[in-house]
Amino acid sequence: MANTHIPVSPLNYLMLAKEVEDFFYREADLLDERRYEEWLTIFTDDVRYWMPIRKNVPYRAEHGDMTDENDIAWIDDDKTTLTKRVRQIQTGVHWAEEPASRICHIISNIRLLEAPGTENSNHELAVTSRFCVYRNRVETETDFLVGRRHDMLRRVDGRLMVARRKIILDQSVLMAKNLTMFF
Amino acid sequence: MTFNGGSAKSLVDFQRGEISREVFVNEGLYREELDRIFARAWLYVGHESQIRRPGDYFVSCMGEESVILTRDPLGTPHVFLNTCRHRGMKVCRYDEGHTVHFICPYHGWSYATDGRLVGVQQYETGYQPPFDKSQWGLIEVAQLATYKGTIWATWDAAAPPFLDYLGEARIALDLALGAWDGGDGETELLGSVQKWLIPSNWKFVAENFAGDGLHVVSHRSVDMTGIGPTAGEGRRDNPGRLLLAMSPAWGHGITYSYLPPTTNRVEYAASPATSDYFTQCWERRLTKLGSQAGLQVVVGTLFPNMSMHGQQPRTILVAHPRGVATTEMWRVYFVDKDAPQEVKQFLRHYYIRYSGPAGMTEQDDMENWNYATAASRGTIARRHPYNYKAGLGVGGSHELVPGVVTDYPVSMSSEQNTRTLYRRWAQFMDANSWADLTPARAF
Repeated sequence: MANTHIPVSPLNYLMLAKEVEDFFYREADLLDERRYEEWLTIFTDDVRYWMPIRKNVPYRAEHGDMTDENDIAWIDDDKTTLTKRVRQIQTGVHWAEEPASRICHIISNIRLLEAPGTENSNHELAVTSRFCVYRNRVETETDFLVGRRHDMLRRVDGRLMVARRKIILDQSVLMAKNLTMFF
Repeated sequence: MTFNGGSAKSLVDFQRGEISREVFVNEGLYREELDRIFARAWLYVGHESQIRRPGDYFVSCMGEESVILTRDPLGTPHVFLNTCRHRGMKVCRYDEGHTVHFICPYHGWSYATDGRLVGVQQYETGYQPPFDKSQWGLIEVAQLATYKGTIWATWDAAAPPFLDYLGEARIALDLALGAWDGGDGETELLGSVQKWLIPSNWKFVAENFAGDGLHVVSHRSVDMTGIGPTAGEGRRDNPGRLLLAMSPAWGHGITYSYLPPTTNRVEYAASPATSDYFTQCWERRLTKLGSQAGLQVVVGTLFPNMSMHGQQPRTILVAHPRGVATTEMWRVYFVDKDAPQEVKQFLRHYYIRYSGPAGMTEQDDMENWNYATAASRGTIARRHPYNYKAGLGVGGSHELVPGVVTDYPVSMSSEQNTRTLYRRWAQFMDANSWADLTPARAF
């Protein structure tokens, strides 16, 4: 039995965990198959999709290892901006993604964390996962980006959606020329 | 300069507008740049708001090398090479912070924030006779200058004072770094630095912002999508009539914009708080500056590798060389210090969807620089020069801005600024010292 405080029976826990895994694996398929319109539908209208920047700081200052919510980030998008990114790819003249990259998302280490109270009227679920996002484009240009995601999933009309995503990349100087891929 | 037995000037035909590809892809020329350009020129290092208090430090770069920007206990800023005098170890591998001493992990040598060597292991017993510690402090830049919050440094004691080096571009820094209302308010950095590696020669980056109106077509996808701070297509509000200005002697290239004082400016309309703020600033600016109020900087490059946007977005970029075909981009954003928090947050979102590796505008620039570099490296490719002929013969003086200026509409296409950048590049590459570079000659 996982160390969560979700007050469910072991079987219901397993079913919920499997539902979350399937949700993430389907999302990876949507992205890798470039089904971006469908991918956008997994996000709530009030989503915050945020990728802070990492820094090298002293051990005693470990809390300051990444930029906070008000600081410059790699990405800090709402639903509108995420949609704009998809629209830009769909123009067919977004040269950074034209020709399109070949991208593979490997999602792993999916864990359900403590749900923020059973009385949470948003019915939100805190989940973490790891990602390996491999990108190859044109001839030999290759990126391999690895890190962690902290998601708040919300159940809307019975189905899971992402209400908040924090993407924690394990690099300080970004070792990719751009971030046209999604995480 | 010893490339091919000739001179750098032979690679840059300013009169005919043709520049050899070797300038961008030749390994030998790149290595000489590190010496003849980056060890001589004034380079942007950081901003005063990154080292607010004595003891604060921020690790930056000059050329390929790591440097530490500090503020000592007396409040004086310094820039030091980030390498221990003993055996070379980096004395600081944190990005930024606060300290009393930099202590080298290797043998424990310690340095104060003014660079003095203050601690050496076994100093009293291990060195007979003892060496003079005052000669072994951190290696400091020859000159440091601060200007409207920005901090610059040069390794060359013979370099002219920074204000001279700015030449005609001084007014551009004043406009870009000044408060929006034309008053004496400060600007400050809006948060942390974005640092990322791109597979391009640094000069593609520098010339992009020096004045390359023709590349705007490459941004068609972001313009169609519409990410600007006002609703609809496009990525920014209309800044007005564009003026291309270059500093013939110093190599800087600036694109200015001008709006008449009667303009009813509608900007940042997607955020009422931001729109109100800028409207109030415009009204105060009109009162202070009159007909000059509508003159601002769109984009520019200060030779060699500091680029800036003065309005939308508002950002400074340094293209640090990391090899002939690699550049490490360091980008920071800045705002009026006294702007309301809501305005700063709106601008923060706008700036990072525009610029940076996730910036929907900058992404297409980088694709071009990347594959232009790659496609120019070959044996056959190098034999064929680039065409820099746009706007040849156009340009003169202008009452609004200094330097050699090309007015609208030719300002939208002229390559006068990029030709100028490379003419100055060639002067640096051929010069044996600053004596050959000053007084800066326009030939």
